[in-house]
Amino acid sequence: MQKLSMEKLDELFRKMSEKQAVYLPVDKENGAKFEKWSEGTKMSQALNTIRSAKDFIFPQTENLVDFKVNGKNIEVADTREECEDFVIFGMKACDARSFGILDKVFLSEPVDTYYKNRREHGVLVTLACTKPSETCFCQTFGINPAEPEGDVSTWIADGEMYFEANTEKGKTFIESISDMLEDCGTEKVDAQKAKINEIMRKLPLNNLKTDAFGGDKLNELFNSPKWAELSESCLGCGTCTFVCPTCQCYDIKDFDCGNGVKRFRCWDSCMYSDFTRMAHGNSRNSQLERFRQRFMHKLVYFPANNDGEFGCVGCGRCLAKCPISMNIVKVMKALEG
Amino acid sequence: MTNETLIPKIGVVTDIRIDTPDVKTFRVVTPDGKKAFDHMPGQCAMLSIPGVGEAMFSITSSPTNTEYMEFSIKKCGCLTSWLHQMEVGQQITIRGPYGNNFPVETDLKGKDLLFIAGGIGLAPLRSVINYVRDKRENYGSIQIIYGSRSKDDLVDYDEIISEWMADEGIEVNLTIDREQEGWDGHVGFVPNYVKELNPDISKTVLICGPPIMIKFTLGALKELGFEETQVFTTMELRMKCGVGKCGRCNIGNKYVCKDGPVFRYDKLGELPDEY
Repeated sequence: MQKLSMEKLDELFRKMSEKQAVYLPVDKENGAKFEKWSEGTKMSQALNTIRSAKDFIFPQTENLVDFKVNGKNIEVADTREECEDFVIFGMKACDARSFGILDKVFLSEPVDTYYKNRREHGVLVTLACTKPSETCFCQTFGINPAEPEGDVSTWIADGEMYFEANTEKGKTFIESISDMLEDCGTEKVDAQKAKINEIMRKLPLNNLKTDAFGGDKLNELFNSPKWAELSESCLGCGTCTFVCPTCQCYDIKDFDCGNGVKRFRCWDSCMYSDFTRMAHGNSRNSQLERFRQRFMHKLVYFPANNDGEFGCVGCGRCLAKCPISMNIVKVMKALEG
Repeated sequence: MTNETLIPKIGVVTDIRIDTPDVKTFRVVTPDGKKAFDHMPGQCAMLSIPGVGEAMFSITSSPTNTEYMEFSIKKCGCLTSWLHQMEVGQQITIRGPYGNNFPVETDLKGKDLLFIAGGIGLAPLRSVINYVRDKRENYGSIQIIYGSRSKDDLVDYDEIISEWMADEGIEVNLTIDREQEGWDGHVGFVPNYVKELNPDISKTVLICGPPIMIKFTLGALKELGFEETQVFTTMELRMKCGVGKCGRCNIGNKYVCKDGPVFRYDKLGELPDEY
């Protein structure tokens, strides 16, 4: 383990930025947001960012391919480019796990090369949460905010930041900043972890369990009469899907630029009525069906296809942002009862 | 960079056949005149017109056709209306093949086969029918029950009359919904016709058509004594990626684009009723 005085953080970001873009949580009017570091940027002390870190590997919109149309003829232009190296600094344990979940979707065959490109060029430097809040329930999904995953894990304790590499990529990254770090013992970090775990035990959602969910409960849960009441007030706004670090559904659309066509991908939401609408009909006509799809996907379908891993990381963003205060915690509690 | 499935190839439309007032069959090859890729009966391809849209279509030609692919497309939305306006020589984009296939080399081998289709539902089955006709020695008897609204709405009518009906060992039973001048064949809905024909219950059934037709035909088959394990069907839901990632064509935890489109009926029955 190695450490750095928090007073030298600016110097560290400056050094890192010489080699690659560094993104870190920065305080904004409405909460923290990931931003590229430039001289004067300060790292936010907020528990988490309003939006998740998924934009870095799965951006809200991206071009897939270009076309030139000339009379009856079409030209296809592969515009993919090798991505530049970048660092995401200060990601939390929940977001780090969400990358593993997105990997299962995008890196399974056939590999999504747009995603893979960014994933390979990004170094994830995670930061242990010092003040998990009452909307946090990452522990429900086996995530420990005191031991965040990622290429490098960091902790802040007593005015110092502690670093530990978890992967080869992480080791290379630590080497690149090693002249700023000094070796140290793990005592301070161990004490910090104990403190975080103590907070976790006292959180109101500490007892939320997943026992009632998983692939083997598929039809039983799908046919539950409780979906009607749970979904009754859903506005179908899709906010939950957009702030969610694991929501991966996307749309593919064409934009005619006048001198060519750009085919792009953008986030979509299973909460929207046109998500499954076809010329001849819609397989999910009601908001009940769309609402049920979202939660069944995270709690039943995804684990059924991915060795029991749930499609939620307990970050609590949907709890904080839903305009009618409906969320996955309420759904889980209602369905298990 | 490695191959990306979302980046399509160019296809050229080399022939357009008008099947019915709202169905046309398009022949597609690459710009150098070859088949765009190999496939198995029941698999699909994403076709698009840049700037208009992209959608999944079943490949109606048989894999045994090594020269080109065919798609029978019903005009019913934005993209399909555009495709129907095309002239020979038009380029489109194509990517695939996607999905699983009818188990022609496993479960169907050596079996007596019963094909049941309604309307444009013949399109995916035509691929299997012609595959089986070309590898006749591997399969038992073939019976095809096909129905449409009217005589004019029977897809592939010429091929049915001049090729399928001319083949030895193939029984073709056509029906249309209502009486029509110039039609002396059977009149009535497919499910009832299946009951009337009373096919041998040892046959393996491949069925495709409008959901309501499939539902009632399945009921008829069960009445006759068929088991769900003998029946295969092919599904269609909205798709964007074709590879199980865009998240919309699932029925329960199965993606129609990747785990389907072909499902054995008992397996489909284990999934939630949401299609």
